[in-house]
Amino acid sequence: MSTYAQKKGFGATLWDYLTTVDHKKIAILYLIAGGFFFVIGGLEAVFIRIQLAVPNNDFVSAGLFNEIITMHGTTMIFLAAMPLVFAFMNAIMPLQIGARDVAFPFVNALGFWLFFFGGVFLNLSWFFDGAPDAGWTSYASLAMASKGHGVDFYVLGLQISGLGTLIGGINFLVTIINMRAPGMTYMRMPLFTWSTFVTSALILFAFPPLTVGLVLMMFDRMFGSNFFETSMGGNTVIWEHLFWIFGHPEVYILILPAFGIFSEIFAMFSRKRLFGYSSMVFATVLIGFLGFMVWAHHMFTTGLGPVANAIFAVATMAIGVPTGIKIFNWLLTMWGGSVKFTTPMHYAVAFIPSFVAGGVTGVMLASAAADYQYHDTYFVVAHFHYVIVGGVVFALLAGTHLYWPKMFGTMLNETLGKITFWLFFIGFHMTFFIQHFLGLWGMPRRVFTYLPGQGFETSNLISSLGAVFMSLAVIVLLYNIIATSVKNVRVGNDPWGDGRTLEWALPSPPPFYNFKQLPLVRGLDAYWLEKMEGKKGMTPAEPVGDIHMPNASFLPFVIAFGLFVAAFGALYHMDDKAWSVPVIIIGLLITFGAMFLRSVKDDHGFHIHKEELMEDDKDKGVKA
Amino acid sequence: MANPQLNSGNPRVDIEYRRKKSAEEMRHQVVSFALMIFLTLIAFAAVAMKGFSAWFIVPFIILLAIVQVIFQLYYFMHMSHKGHEAPSLFLYSGVLVGAVTVLAFSTIIWW
Repeated sequence: MSTYAQKKGFGATLWDYLTTVDHKKIAILYLIAGGFFFVIGGLEAVFIRIQLAVPNNDFVSAGLFNEIITMHGTTMIFLAAMPLVFAFMNAIMPLQIGARDVAFPFVNALGFWLFFFGGVFLNLSWFFDGAPDAGWTSYASLAMASKGHGVDFYVLGLQISGLGTLIGGINFLVTIINMRAPGMTYMRMPLFTWSTFVTSALILFAFPPLTVGLVLMMFDRMFGSNFFETSMGGNTVIWEHLFWIFGHPEVYILILPAFGIFSEIFAMFSRKRLFGYSSMVFATVLIGFLGFMVWAHHMFTTGLGPVANAIFAVATMAIGVPTGIKIFNWLLTMWGGSVKFTTPMHYAVAFIPSFVAGGVTGVMLASAAADYQYHDTYFVVAHFHYVIVGGVVFALLAGTHLYWPKMFGTMLNETLGKITFWLFFIGFHMTFFIQHFLGLWGMPRRVFTYLPGQGFETSNLISSLGAVFMSLAVIVLLYNIIATSVKNVRVGNDPWGDGRTLEWALPSPPPFYNFKQLPLVRGLDAYWLEKMEGKKGMTPAEPVGDIHMPNASFLPFVIAFGLFVAAFGALYHMDDKAWSVPVIIIGLLITFGAMFLRSVKDDHGFHIHKEELMEDDKDKGVKA
Repeated sequence: MANPQLNSGNPRVDIEYRRKKSAEEMRHQVVSFALMIFLTLIAFAAVAMKGFSAWFIVPFIILLAIVQVIFQLYYFMHMSHKGHEAPSLFLYSGVLVGAVTVLAFSTIIWW
């Protein structure tokens, strides 16, 4: 590490991150980009709550409100939650399985830049005649009728960032199948790695339907085809099916890593082995499997008929079983453990009742007959915010506090962390609990305002006040991050003192080659096992030898940038602009040129020699 | 995926055994190749011959195609050998997801 710890100028650091293929740095990129989009999506949420705080409000117009809700949903799901999940997967999963990097480091970087340019493209719609306004689901009957270029930004932006996610998922699959350290059998993998594995499999199967749907919509909007145009013999319901065949696994793509993070936290801070490890693995796989059999529960009122509705209702309720197994396992992990209430543990404990509340309303919504009543009301809004915020966002905030020392080498302030937690926890329940009742009283979702005297005023005001608490929580978190980074107090391998899995056996942050010698894994919770036998670190599984590392490359950035350029050309093609086709061609030339360069130019990487690794050891001895 | 028992450079593997294995492998490939040609001829014949309705020919050709894919995967791409558990898991999962989609589309959207 010594050669890399030297101070570098801003330009050198920037270039380092633009060209990096190191999974830990890509994780930081995902964290920054995902955090940035999280703040944007959060601001949009605040605007929604300001608009709805009082009846007959004119803070935003109806059209702008549609754009804000669409962008809030799209940004939060695709550009905030997924990249933040990817940040932790990238940062932690290779360390947990004892690998030196992911299987395809170059592809990993490409995945990030595709996501990033897709996200930037989507958000640029605010500055070029209007954001998408057909809802985050972009149902075809609305999307086809949408004026302006909003929906085109949605289609092209998601297509590009979806490509990035897909190749990221494939990369994780190959890594977990092929690069586990000696002794790391499947049934010794930490639960976060297991959930990464199942999530990546879901990405592999769920994103192609989205890609197909987006391609069909792109042809309908830009090149005059009629897949969804009913007057021309198309079928608008096909989009709904394609979207939800992707969309339902997508919510499990978000929640399973959250389950993984919480499983790590419960075991760590209960100072106990995770209760029912094998049933946890089974439940994770089963949730992933069932996730593909239930998509039509989003479409009960479309008119699928009683048989289809009944099948999908029963399949949906079945998912409650493996999820219940998990909840009980977490409770039994804490039972009898010596529980330490750190910030991550606060989130984990709060997650259980919050998520169960979301799960219970989920089963309510799953009964197709009752769903006709709940459909398109605030009850649905309350439900999915309970599972996504109470599950995924809690996990992301918990993971930020838990893994911050491993990613950056400093501990976030625990007091500020707990203040963040309480503000967020109170704000979250204040905002969304009351929305269950608003829904049952008949307030429809996606309306930009409501009239006074309908009984919605007080509840909406309470809901909006909750958003203030959540905003304060995020501000405290940002302050915490800045304060911690400025103080820069370095921490050792296992700053929480209770690390169980391999990542805590490494320095914080780990050296760029992760493991000097691959560790020998002797059981579940490998590092904990060694600690309990009084050892300082892992037993190596190999002698010190040369380590083969990939070279940094600027090409992933260029490949993604080319698609970004081409997307602008495609977007304005339907306006009969003369420059649109040349722009498409230039963009694709950049992309394929960079890909061609990558293919013909051999890049064998470099070796870190044994002697340098030994040198590093001596350096550390001096510093300590 | 590697094919360790046939092409490994390990000198301890009995050369006679390897030769026998390779011969067997070759026979399987030739037989399945011949079968695939035969199935293709049948597919063409089904279309060329008069008297069959489209409702018979289309499912019939799809069935032949599925058989061909299985031959391809198992005899030419070595999925019958050990060490292909992960690829077959993902192949079959993908087939399952695709089949559910097709089933749903053909039952609740189009008919």
